[in-house]
Amino acid sequence: MSIIRASRLGFDYIKYNDESEDAEKVKAISDISFEIEKGDFIAVLGHNGSGKSTLAKHINALLVPTSGTMWIDGVNTAEEDELWKVRQKAGMVFQNPDNQIIGTVVDEDVAFGPENLGISTEDIWSRVDEALGKVGMLGFRDRSPNRLSGGQKQRVAIAGVVAMRPECIVLDEPTAMLDPNGRREVLEVIRELNKKEGVTVILITHYMEEVIFADRVFVMDSGEIALEGTPREIFSKVDELKKLRLTVPQVTELAHELRKAGVEIPEGILTIDELVDALCG
Amino acid sequence: MGEITLGQYYPTNSILHRLDPRVKFLGTLVYVVSLFLVRGPFGYAFCGAVLLVLIFLSKVPFLYVLRSLKPILFIMIITMAFNVFLTPGTILWRWGFLKITEEGIRMAVKMGIRLVFLVTGSSIMTLTTTPNSLTDGMESLFGFLRIFHVPVHEIAMMMSIALRFIPILTEETDKIRKAQIARGADFETGGFIKRMRAMIPLLVPLFVSAFRRANDLAMAMEARCYHGGSGRTRMKPLRYERRDVVAYAAMAAFLAICIVFSVTGL
Repeated sequence: MSIIRASRLGFDYIKYNDESEDAEKVKAISDISFEIEKGDFIAVLGHNGSGKSTLAKHINALLVPTSGTMWIDGVNTAEEDELWKVRQKAGMVFQNPDNQIIGTVVDEDVAFGPENLGISTEDIWSRVDEALGKVGMLGFRDRSPNRLSGGQKQRVAIAGVVAMRPECIVLDEPTAMLDPNGRREVLEVIRELNKKEGVTVILITHYMEEVIFADRVFVMDSGEIALEGTPREIFSKVDELKKLRLTVPQVTELAHELRKAGVEIPEGILTIDELVDALCG
Repeated sequence: MGEITLGQYYPTNSILHRLDPRVKFLGTLVYVVSLFLVRGPFGYAFCGAVLLVLIFLSKVPFLYVLRSLKPILFIMIITMAFNVFLTPGTILWRWGFLKITEEGIRMAVKMGIRLVFLVTGSSIMTLTTTPNSLTDGMESLFGFLRIFHVPVHEIAMMMSIALRFIPILTEETDKIRKAQIARGADFETGGFIKRMRAMIPLLVPLFVSAFRRANDLAMAMEARCYHGGSGRTRMKPLRYERRDVVAYAAMAAFLAICIVFSVTGL
């Protein structure tokens, strides 16, 4: 059974103008259907305002669809009785690390989720140790989060979600506020969680480089899924991506231009090594 | 414990630091009550001796403890002056409507000693307890107020979140301040009114950002299944150790001795 299933999902919100009392109905996402299998690594791409964050909040039941249905592990997110079950199954990591850390000490913050689930003290300790170990922050457990780097804070935030033992983790632009080092740290942790622990990952981003590792990529535009496929399939559509105001990685673009100029190389080159092989092989 | 720059907390490792925050809170309460029970010189001497022992046990430098008296110096002088000049009784000295009485001097000295002991005594608590564990202790001690529908857990949660965000917002204030100075804002010159006005371009962005952060944090808390205090367990629950029991016994003995001093008037 698929872990996440969306059927004709739609979300409208009402926007009020400052001066007049006109209420305007805005479609943030409309008529989205998809299925995600357990253990998948899904990347969602899109420029600002494409509806990707709205979609993310539906997976965690922070938003409930105005039309259509969303199921997480067979549970309908619109059912209020199941709300906490859904949020435990689908953890969420946000963009700003400062605004999602609640504890004044690292291990107390990681414990926040398990504490809310009402788990016994001994279990909380073992889960916190385990979660901090998985993100490589065990040595920082007694520190104040304010003294950590951006990448470290974001790893603590991920540990806070991992400690709740979710089936899937939704990350809403987790690297947008980080420097290149922090970004690499966080992405490594996410990939390890997906590969070693088999956690389903939904990574929302606008960095093209980050989607190369995904099993499948959704490209969103004006509230709809405009393109869907493996990273290779997506990146072979350079012109379409440009129309959606997304830039492809430099190597892919170079390969694309070379192909257009008549060099015989395959479409959808993702890494420098691949391009070297294609040109010299 | 984490590094917390806020408040008076003096990080070292003493027996008082390790005590349960509830013990320290109740102990402070008992001490304050006792200060108002004792009347005679021996009683005050006893309270003073206990205070010295506590300062010694806390391993906090003596002068550091005394620093906590600074902010109340002004209040203390005023209180003592009122007592000296306005207490009726045997007149020692008179000038116009001002008069100094024997009872007045006695009262002023008493008040001064009480205030000094009271502030020093309660600052021993804040010096040896992190704001966070103090919050935890209060949540547990005032838990009974839930019967009267006081949102005890929520208040404690608000306090600990405030503690977490104070350094972040301080940093942000500094950033906004520099940004506004770069655009020609002047925070340093002019009179009181002008300076207060200059704060507006600082406070408006700060408030906007604080609200945005609050919104984000609320969402992050909900995403992590936060639904209030009911059904919540703790990673570090407060548990009484043997030393806490001993401290309670010492507290009871202290209170009993103070009552004896109070009754005999020594």
